[in-house]
Amino acid sequence: MAVIRDVMPTFQLYQPSSVSDAQKLLQQSGEDALVLAGGLDSMDWLKDRIKKPKVLVDLSGIDELKGIREIAGGVEIGAMTTLTQVAQNPVIRQKYGVLAEAAELVASPQIRNQGTIGGNLSQDTRCWYYRAGWPCYRAGGNICYADTPVGRNREHAILEAERCVAVNPSDTAPACIALDAKFVVLTSKGQQEIDAEHYFVGPDLDITRMNILRSGYLLTAVRVPSTWAGADFYFEKIRDRNVWDFPLLNVASAMRNSGDTIQDIRIAVNAVAARPLRLKVVEDSVRGKQRNAATGEAAGKLAVQGAVPLQFNAYKIPLMRNLVKRAISGVQEAAWAS
Amino acid sequence: MGILEWATSPLGQRVPIHIAWVLIWVALIGGLLFLIVHAIYVRYFAKEKEFATDPSSAESLDFPARIPRHSLTARLFHWIMAAAMFVLLFTAFLPKVGIQFNWVTYHWIAGTALTISILFHIVHASFYLDFWSIWPDRSDLEDAWKRFQRFMGKSTALPRKFAKYPLENKLYHGVVMLTGLAVIATGVFMMFRVRTIFFPRNPYLFTDMTWGMVYVLHGLAGVGFITLTIVHVYFAIRPEKLPITASMIIGSMSREFYLKEHDPKRWIVNGVSDRRSMADGD
Repeated sequence: MAVIRDVMPTFQLYQPSSVSDAQKLLQQSGEDALVLAGGLDSMDWLKDRIKKPKVLVDLSGIDELKGIREIAGGVEIGAMTTLTQVAQNPVIRQKYGVLAEAAELVASPQIRNQGTIGGNLSQDTRCWYYRAGWPCYRAGGNICYADTPVGRNREHAILEAERCVAVNPSDTAPACIALDAKFVVLTSKGQQEIDAEHYFVGPDLDITRMNILRSGYLLTAVRVPSTWAGADFYFEKIRDRNVWDFPLLNVASAMRNSGDTIQDIRIAVNAVAARPLRLKVVEDSVRGKQRNAATGEAAGKLAVQGAVPLQFNAYKIPLMRNLVKRAISGVQEAAWAS
Repeated sequence: MGILEWATSPLGQRVPIHIAWVLIWVALIGGLLFLIVHAIYVRYFAKEKEFATDPSSAESLDFPARIPRHSLTARLFHWIMAAAMFVLLFTAFLPKVGIQFNWVTYHWIAGTALTISILFHIVHASFYLDFWSIWPDRSDLEDAWKRFQRFMGKSTALPRKFAKYPLENKLYHGVVMLTGLAVIATGVFMMFRVRTIFFPRNPYLFTDMTWGMVYVLHGLAGVGFITLTIVHVYFAIRPEKLPITASMIIGSMSREFYLKEHDPKRWIVNGVSDRRSMADGD
């Protein structure tokens, strides 16, 4: 397929200065509109001429979507806050370190300066068959080019594959799920606060979207409750190039311990399915147990139950097993006995 | 706006990928329009049914009060097939109109149930039922022509009473059979594109163009079933058809309805009609 790079299709550019104006524009334009946050996802679509929206709504001029504010019971991060600001914010670093670490590991410094937390959470999948404009399931067609005997699927899903095997590439998403964050979304029915884990959508429910955002919807903020402030956090991201890459797999956890006993825990992984997965079964299995290598090993094995590798991504199963083990037992304890 | 959705394959070939989903609404509205037009016709224009009386059909013979029409096996097949069909329709089209749920698994399971039930029906109807009773015969066509002429105001002989199934019923069965075979044959191949318990995925079974045609045929047959189901349910609940509908539940119909609409010579009820045939010297 011929791809004309760097020559974007024509569109009407709107740069609203308030959330209400942005929402009106999005509702008026419906399916014809594309939201522009940091532009690191959107610009690829436009330059490759795969997406040709009639209207582009640039959120960069809306100050109320920017910044990090302490609110009653937690902290609110505007959706247009850059990843650098998230990573460097003293409150986030002190109380919600897993999110700061996740934001700090996104791509490169330049991209983090431009990319926003809202964009990182809401970005589309990076499956190259889909992004090349091929008519796959996610693009409205009737095939997954990655899930074929010779499909290049090293980065694709091992869990919850349902026709489409693309994965969610966000680093901040599992951290938000581990922190039990709430996403503030403006919908046609007003403002809704949605649990982070329910913001993301798998192909079984909607094969053409990665999250609940429909036309006219707008993610305005991420609210992180103080429930897990100062907890024992863990974040680890595995990628091909450590200086700048999407995750092959990442894991985020927040843990409360009493001595060596795990009192409570939230743990999530990403890049293994089309949505970040909270590992509730793992949480339930380790709650009340000693935080040691045996617990971590059992949790790792439990985490990958049901995983089905594709032709070229079987490595993700031991990788996920080991990351979960490390998240629970700690890196020092994580050497495998067998 | 066409009736098909097209896309460009990785090889640059223009291929159909499925029907345009607007056809869902066309099928739905088409079914409802048929329903409305037919109801108006029956209410305001249709004449009372008239049948030729056969002097040899003495109706005083000892027919039982309930005339057996559908065996338990036939009824079970019908309702299993109906349940599978409704699951297939809802799982196929609700996601297309915005109601999102994990539909694929339910869809292929229901499709498998439908396929097995249809295979059973073919064997059962071929070897254990009166196979030819559901196919139009010469008498059906002659009587249909008489009914049409009388509807047009021409004077002609009265049509005979029906055999076990009226012509409309036989034609409906024929359309459902063709549509069903199309949707099943394409559906079985489409199961190679998703993960099921039956066979490994093989998206290379056909070329992109052939796959596209498979999806289009499946979609056309699928939306066709929207209209066919509406028509079927409509006739099932029409007051004059309720005895037939009830017989699909309880297995039998009343002697009065049988003698009023059906010709005992054309629909031979086991036992009674045999004796009558012998008495008539047939």
